[in-house]
Amino acid sequence: MSSHAADVLAPPIAARSPTAESVARFLDNRLAVASAIVVIAIVLLAIGAPWIGPHDPNEADLLRRLQPPVWLEGGEWSFALGCDALGRDILSRLMYGARVSIAIGVIVILFATAFGVATGLAAGYLRGRIDTLISRLVDILLGFPYLIFAIGLMAMMGPGLHNVAITLIAKEWVVPCRLVRGETLAAREMEYVEAARALGVGRLGIMLHEILPNILSPVIVVATIRLAHVIILEASLSFLGLGVQPPTASWGSMVADGREFMLDAWWVSTFAGLAILTLVLAINVASQGLRDAFDPRFHD
Amino acid sequence: MGTVVDRLLQLVTVLLGVTVIVFVMITLTPGDPVEIMLGDMKAAPEQAEALRRDMGLDRPPVERFFRFIGNAVQGNFGLSFFHRRPVIDVIAERLPATIELTLAALVLALAISIPLGALAAVQKGGALDRAATIGALLGVSMPGFWFGILLIMLFAVQLGVLPVSGRIGYGDEVPALTGLLTIDTLLAGRFDSFAQALRHLALPSLTLALPMAAPLMRVTRASMLEVLRSDYVMFAEAKGLSRRRVLWRHALKNALMPAVTIAALETGSLLGGNMIVESVFGWPGLGRLVVESIFARNYPLVQAAVLLYAVTYVLLNLLADLAYTLLNPKVRL
Repeated sequence: MSSHAADVLAPPIAARSPTAESVARFLDNRLAVASAIVVIAIVLLAIGAPWIGPHDPNEADLLRRLQPPVWLEGGEWSFALGCDALGRDILSRLMYGARVSIAIGVIVILFATAFGVATGLAAGYLRGRIDTLISRLVDILLGFPYLIFAIGLMAMMGPGLHNVAITLIAKEWVVPCRLVRGETLAAREMEYVEAARALGVGRLGIMLHEILPNILSPVIVVATIRLAHVIILEASLSFLGLGVQPPTASWGSMVADGREFMLDAWWVSTFAGLAILTLVLAINVASQGLRDAFDPRFHD
Repeated sequence: MGTVVDRLLQLVTVLLGVTVIVFVMITLTPGDPVEIMLGDMKAAPEQAEALRRDMGLDRPPVERFFRFIGNAVQGNFGLSFFHRRPVIDVIAERLPATIELTLAALVLALAISIPLGALAAVQKGGALDRAATIGALLGVSMPGFWFGILLIMLFAVQLGVLPVSGRIGYGDEVPALTGLLTIDTLLAGRFDSFAQALRHLALPSLTLALPMAAPLMRVTRASMLEVLRSDYVMFAEAKGLSRRRVLWRHALKNALMPAVTIAALETGSLLGGNMIVESVFGWPGLGRLVVESIFARNYPLVQAAVLLYAVTYVLLNLLADLAYTLLNPKVRL
């Protein structure tokens, strides 16, 4: 409870704060902590790619076409995970591909959450016409299956990194918006909000300083769960050729590139597929741990 | 009853909104449809202009929108640039393959998730429960396109037991009655062809079913756990009914409702998933056609297909809501 009114109403006993208790609960969940470490490691590899990546991800060398990984005959340490059909280093492309997946995931979730929270707060607290307008727009966007909407919009805007992000944000914001609207509807009837109103706090002040801090933890938990979903969607669009365009490395397009060589050179698409699975699985496990730790409904 | 009418009115608003978005998407898509349609043909400017007038592209956007709605209601979405045939005919040709794949995935997802979810709840904390939980996590984390490729590698290439792509063996002609090959082959009494159709359906439907089965299993497990803790189950056991009878006749029946609702809602997500799966398995359905049409800039087809998918999705969600209300009188829409 970080709000002013809540502070006034808080019991005087100096116990461990709910946030500290939730963090301790999360740290007790070893699998979730291990998964969080995997996510952090992949993020660090992605950030450090230009410095620690062994090769330029787009440097083609046809003499190394479909060169196998180091543990297979013909492999060598300088190209540890082998090369693709154009002789590009797979490890370097994986590291640069991680930048795309993580960047798109984080950007989409940040913008979608910010927009969704703002619209959800406005709809839930102000009610009336604003609520009707926002809720109808949410209903309409929910009327599209995710990938169909993304494909329709990508057809309009053309492929590319920015357009993938815009497309996914345009659909993703409805998730936090619905959540925040529901939470705000419940919160606006709470005593601490009434207390703030009685103290003369304005509508914007109540929304930002009273309600928002108290509904933030489910928003963060849902954002981490959705991050995994967005990463798979970006990979799916890139796999279909609608996402990030060549020669930029992305995990989805690497799986697509290697598809026709699966018989002779399984490593071209297998490592990229494994990379997506590892990152998404780690985010899912870590976010479940976060949910269990921070959402009181899951405490038993 | 009034709430159902309200829900239907809301549906009209949503459908109108969806139509506006699809229209705007296609109108703002770069490229002149007339040029795309003429392709490499050397048409005189007057001919191009005549075609533009024919297609109504010289009219203001608002007029074009109402004309689009009027035509859409009659199933007229114009000509497919690529096939040079009415879009609706091309879609009708491909739709049965997509419906068959979606239904097969739905059946498979239910067949995997409901028994597994119920068993996991009954043996809570046991080996099966843990395996099912890990399986569900892998299911939601696995990118469908990669899972499909792995299945092809294992079952089609390494083991050679299932086909890589297509719907039925080459040269297997079956009279088309429903367009669903598994049903048509049975109706024609061609059991060999039926087996062929099933073998072709196995891998794509499993790929499509996996992301749906995972959440469905978790919901079944959770609702079964809740039911098992309820008073009436305890009462039934106290009355001396056998554990098996209590579990399968009483508990599962009540635990199924949330699972059925989630299944209806998730069927919509299968519609999106089948674009990926059809592309991986060369399945000649609507999903693959839409992806191909985007690259061919065959916009009338993309427009019609996106609208069709969205309308189906909205109607499925409505049916899920209504089914939930009918099954559970305590819930009001």
